[in-house]
Amino acid sequence: MSPRETFTLRDYLSPDLKDRTISDARQLVSLTNILGQTCMGGRLGALAGRSVLLAVADQLLSAIAMTEIDGVARRMLLCPPDFSPDHIQTLIEEADIDAVVTDHPARWTDAGVYLVVAARAPATATGKKVKFGRATEWLMLTSGTSGVPKIVGHTLEGLTGAIVADGPARGAPPVWATFYDIRRYGGLQIFLRAILSGGSMVLSEPGEPVADYVARLNARGVTHISGTPSHWRKLLMSGSAVGFSPRYVRLSGEIADQAVLDGLSRAFPAASIGHAYASTEAGVGFAVNDGLEGFPAPMVGQGRDGVEMKVEDGSLRIRSTRTAHAYVGRNPAALTDSDGFVDTGDMVELRGDRYHFVGRRGGIINIGGLKVHPEEIEAVINRQAEVRMSRARSRRSPITGAIVVADVILADGCDARRSDDIRVKILADCRVSLASHKVPAVIRFVSSLEITAAGKLARHDA
Amino acid sequence: MSIRLRIISEMKRIAAEQKVALPPLDDDLSLHETGFDSLGFAILVARLEDDLGIDPFTISEDASFPLTIGDFIKAYENVPA
Repeated sequence: MSPRETFTLRDYLSPDLKDRTISDARQLVSLTNILGQTCMGGRLGALAGRSVLLAVADQLLSAIAMTEIDGVARRMLLCPPDFSPDHIQTLIEEADIDAVVTDHPARWTDAGVYLVVAARAPATATGKKVKFGRATEWLMLTSGTSGVPKIVGHTLEGLTGAIVADGPARGAPPVWATFYDIRRYGGLQIFLRAILSGGSMVLSEPGEPVADYVARLNARGVTHISGTPSHWRKLLMSGSAVGFSPRYVRLSGEIADQAVLDGLSRAFPAASIGHAYASTEAGVGFAVNDGLEGFPAPMVGQGRDGVEMKVEDGSLRIRSTRTAHAYVGRNPAALTDSDGFVDTGDMVELRGDRYHFVGRRGGIINIGGLKVHPEEIEAVINRQAEVRMSRARSRRSPITGAIVVADVILADGCDARRSDDIRVKILADCRVSLASHKVPAVIRFVSSLEITAAGKLARHDA
Repeated sequence: MSIRLRIISEMKRIAAEQKVALPPLDDDLSLHETGFDSLGFAILVARLEDDLGIDPFTISEDASFPLTIGDFIKAYENVPA
């Protein structure tokens, strides 16, 4: 394949585009001059044609390394920062890894990988020019909670399909930010949007207080920002949204219920608010921008931009050029059915003229033999004005085997002394809206709920 | 509040939530005459566990579920503190 037919990230990093930056809490790097720099100290050429594991803890350094490795390596496996070291050896074998780019080279001397390249702060590139014509395969890990994650293979063309279809943003180039880590699908999408749009990017910082993060978003003039509904609820709860005024707010990765959509439009009246459907395997399916939960039923079928959707056995299935092309490994499972559709495992229900997400197939809790999606219960609880977020889960019962209980965080400014009244109000609405076995038997008020590294509400009983 | 009073008051609360008309809760009233279904009792046992810190039906593997209100209350009263 000639370089003309393959595009790489470098093609979007023209030195003609001024004032582009990428930053984290500690440093700011110019993207305008990035092509003349390298974080690999002259060893990029050694990665040509190799299967590279990108295991760089630092997100900013990872981002720069991605722009260098794309077009050079045969494949590049993105390793999220919370990845368990216990699984590394399996990954190396499954993905045929023969090179590692890392900011901790000493850790890799015993891994049996042929080539270890140290990633360091970017410096002016010198020496031989490296060829950038290869269509590098992008490998990502699924974000399941247990066991070895699956390796999912994408192309840059597939990963950027939705971005190219959306076309350039109107007005000045956007300054993108995301609560996600860019080594995960949701975060990588935003990084790629920043690169392809000619704009800038502000990265998240693990453990950074929300108020400090928002101060950074303001200081860097962030206009476009994405996160999971859990990320957004956390921001709304923090009280830090005041004074932050993005043009575009995007939700993905979990069900965006009406309560969080309404909460965001109250907090950011000047912003357009959209929720996107995407997964590591199915790629970007679609975005919904009408401010309502769920999506219009006519989107199922032959959709826009070559994305086809169908609903089979209650779950959403997607066929498009943006899906991953395969699971990667020694004995990989089939990624698609015989017609090329990816089963997302996300269960939907038609109500009126819209499909609503009801939960994950694997997240069903069993209540006395009846199947319950915790998300469906949470959506009812969350729509109470007094509630910021909630988690429904099963609890063992000597009578029925299991019952539903709910942990609830009250909205800010809500008087905790009213908790008995609020409990009665929540239960009354649940009884009107849900079948009796789905009504929580116990409601507990809590001050926080655990969020996973992928930004999703932690569910231990699923 | 005694264990007996807590159990009776929780039953009344759940009956109100579930729109169940409770008959007078005498000790020899059989549990199925209360109008509670198994879900109602599951809710009662869960809330009493949170309130009293005990679940007599899980503690003992071979505990048979009581048949009357009096037996139900005794199951809680007989758990050593």
